[in-house]
Amino acid sequence: MLLLNEALTNEIRAHGARDYPNETCGALLGLDGPAGDTGGSPRREVRALFPLTNRRDDSPRNRFSVTADDVRAAERAAAVGGLELVGWYHSHPDHPARPSEYDREHAWPWYSYVIVSVAAGEPRDMTSWLLADDRSQFHSEEIASLPGATARHSQ
Amino acid sequence: MAIKLEIPTALRPFAGKQSSLDLEAATVGEALKSLTNTYSDLRKHLYTDDGRIRSFVNIYVNDEDIRYLEKENTPIKDGDTISIVPSIAGGR
Ligand SMILES: [Zn+2]
Repeated sequence: MLLLNEALTNEIRAHGARDYPNETCGALLGLDGPAGDTGGSPRREVRALFPLTNRRDDSPRNRFSVTADDVRAAERAAAVGGLELVGWYHSHPDHPARPSEYDREHAWPWYSYVIVSVAAGEPRDMTSWLLADDRSQFHSEEIASLPGATARHSQ
Repeated sequence: MAIKLEIPTALRPFAGKQSSLDLEAATVGEALKSLTNTYSDLRKHLYTDDGRIRSFVNIYVNDEDIRYLEKENTPIKDGDTISIVPSIAGGR
């Protein structure tokens, strides 16, 4: 389960809209909790975002890339705030918020992969995914609003 | 050569939850082989089915990318640190 408050949810959606028609990307910084009553998958809380620049200049509308240097910068930013780099977000311009085959082939285990669909410039569905340990598929990860924050996802 | 191998967070669940390991190896390739022999579940995340290091897996020897050294044949010496650093890619 991925806990994401309304402000951060809106920030991801706004970043997706701002970068449309290109894919947006960024890091999720937060706290990784132990697997508890969530059926074995970890309970994670996102506390901050680290928005990044999509490095795929050649194909930014259907691909994104985050360099190793960007990854290390995100890890340092997390450490400064006493957080961990727990995952990534990216947008699917004019495409459903489901991971593509390309996403699966390039995914790391353990990280949460948040996808926001942006249709004609408007952010729509947001989903989160975890790569199966055998890399064969993504498992859906439930996104939950933090207590006290109001969920206002579009549909 | 006694070296230290740093494991990224995303792979620690497959490496006994360790953030780094002390290994004996003469090349980067040997160090990685030693790692994946001990923790075989790591292999599919580091290598493609035909045995090449995946494109989004970056290996550094003391902050130098092995792509600019001798790749997996890069020799290592006592006290070196090998780091596995992710890069992230995806699309729609
Ligand atoms: Zn994608």
